[in-house]
Amino acid sequence: MSGFISSSIARKVAMALSALFLIIFLIIHLAVNLTSLFSEDLFNELSHFMGTNPLIQFAMQPVLIFGVVFHFVMGFVLELRNKRARNVKYAKFNGAASASWMSRNMVFSGAAILAFIVLHFIDFWIPEINTKYVLGDMSGVLPGQEGYRYFEELQHKFFPIWRVAAYVVAFIFLGLHLAHGFQSAFQSIGFNNKYTKCVKNLGVIYSIVIPLGFIIIALYHHFNH
Amino acid sequence: MNLTLKIWRQKGPQEKGQMVEYKVTDISEHMSFLEMMDVLNESLVEKNEIPIAFDHDCREGICGMCSLHINGEPHGPDRGITTCQLHMRTFKDGDTIYIEPWRAKAFPVIKDLIVDRMAFERIQQAGGYISVNTSGNTQDANAIPIPKLDADLSMDAAACIGCGACVASCKNSSAMLFVSAKVSQFALLPQGKIEAADRVRNMVKQMDDEGFGNCTNTGACEVECPKGISLENIARMNREYLKASII
Repeated sequence: MSGFISSSIARKVAMALSALFLIIFLIIHLAVNLTSLFSEDLFNELSHFMGTNPLIQFAMQPVLIFGVVFHFVMGFVLELRNKRARNVKYAKFNGAASASWMSRNMVFSGAAILAFIVLHFIDFWIPEINTKYVLGDMSGVLPGQEGYRYFEELQHKFFPIWRVAAYVVAFIFLGLHLAHGFQSAFQSIGFNNKYTKCVKNLGVIYSIVIPLGFIIIALYHHFNH
Repeated sequence: MNLTLKIWRQKGPQEKGQMVEYKVTDISEHMSFLEMMDVLNESLVEKNEIPIAFDHDCREGICGMCSLHINGEPHGPDRGITTCQLHMRTFKDGDTIYIEPWRAKAFPVIKDLIVDRMAFERIQQAGGYISVNTSGNTQDANAIPIPKLDADLSMDAAACIGCGACVASCKNSSAMLFVSAKVSQFALLPQGKIEAADRVRNMVKQMDDEGFGNCTNTGACEVECPKGISLENIARMNREYLKASII
């Protein structure tokens, strides 16, 4: 079993499984955020539920954070190891002749997404954790105000154009990452059969719809503030 | 046609190599790429210079010996061919052509454009075979019913000539297309199933020990493979490996 864990294929499968987990997470994240476009109350209710439910907060959230950290660390480790497998570089290497830009630059799109996640955590996650677990305010309301604070915070965050621009750029990189990553995850776990064409098409749709959904949300709240 | 060639010259495995420029003139567009190299070498011999060392054998695309990374691609810009099947008509008069050896830590340069591909042999020796009784009572292979699709897929995988273009084209220098073809050709047949688990475990271990990189599914290997070995084989190898290691 120790040989298995350190094998190239096990690493590849681990990357794929964490990727599939994150792919599912993105659907849930987008679904919750989309409610903010048409119902302030529903978005507030859902946000409060997600932010205070013990199962989500203390079981699913740590698993998610582990999944994100694992995917990034493993991705960078594999990239470094793969770089070492070619100790002398070609004087001329025409990578574009045989593989897409997305597939050859997963580490760069991944790094861009990592930079975005740092910003995203500073914007939303850290203040949230601070309010709930450091200051101990689990009410979800601001002092002296009525109703939950989440929708207002969302709109406030998307007021500065620089943040909207940064989010849009990051989501474009997310789309590029997913354009290769979605079908690649299936290939890595050994799923390549008569349904592969369907998976590839689904990957194209997913890599456009998910980032576009997040972009629309950011733009909507910027222009409707 | 007149061409400028930029060719990797390296005296030996421990020597430092470099790209050296050569001019060739009056090259016929009907020549194969290796014939053009022969013409260059003859001119070098006439000038009392050391000819360029490069691998070649059958010169009809079946032995897998010829290599050469030409203008940034293994076996040059054409598809589904080896270097010996590449013709000079692919290029234009006045072109500059870069000619380099396969680049991978697991394929060290022996001299000039020749690399040591024994890593592939060691992977094969680790499990790329079936054990059969050759005492004279060997069962006729045709007596074993095999679904046509499996037989075809196995034959497709067996078309791999072990040239190493997959490693050379991969940005990670991964050998997974080669290994998966060798795993698949047996895994698909009843004769190969008996040793399937040990085979895939041992071959993958040897592949990792040799220092090849890890596959990131860019698909470059499939595009550059002269024999059209499919990425489906890598997925099959992954399944075989997971089955052998977990179940």
